[in-house]
Amino acid sequence: MSVTADKEIDARGSFCPGPLMEMIHAIRDAQVGDVVAVLSKDPGSRTDIPAWVTKAKHELLAIEDHGDYARFVVRKAR
Amino acid sequence: MTKKMSLVVFSGTADRLQAAATIAAGAAAMGVETHIFLTFWGLTALRTSELGNPRPLPAEYGAQTEALRTLMQEKNVPPWHEVLRQASDIGDVHVHACAMTADLMGIGKEDLDPMVEDVIGVGRFIELADDGQILFI
Repeated sequence: MSVTADKEIDARGSFCPGPLMEMIHAIRDAQVGDVVAVLSKDPGSRTDIPAWVTKAKHELLAIEDHGDYARFVVRKAR
Repeated sequence: MTKKMSLVVFSGTADRLQAAATIAAGAAAMGVETHIFLTFWGLTALRTSELGNPRPLPAEYGAQTEALRTLMQEKNVPPWHEVLRQASDIGDVHVHACAMTADLMGIGKEDLDPMVEDVIGVGRFIELADDGQILFI
């Protein structure tokens, strides 16, 4: 089951650390409470995005495994 | 977690510049105050006139270096200066040019990419880097 997002970003063509950068931009542009999802094929995202979410104090709602890519779902908490 | 990191970017080869830019991006993403001190080949690499040219790769890796360049093109790896620009965009990143190298090579701030904030001496760099970690690349 996929978590619904207010904004969906396909960063699968983006090379490390691209998807992390896209997540940061999207969260920055979002309203508090918005949910942003980023699709990434970059293995680095699996550690980068959770680390950033913890540091920036947002909420990691899900990391969905879709075979050759993952979907990272984050809520802007502040 | 460390609050400040300073990178002395001495190298001008494509591989080391890519690594330096990526580290800066990671630090910027994680809220670390990041200072880049471009000196010698790192400085010449950020001349506006140089940005379009591919950076050299070190001879010690022989044939592997061109294979690396091809791989980077195939996988759409953004050029190091774009990664550095992205880093400045998402975090607290300051790019400084080394006055010694600038003077030696006759380079002015106007010859450098606009992301370069200022041209500073080593004493000022040491002051800016104080209480943080320093990397030499």
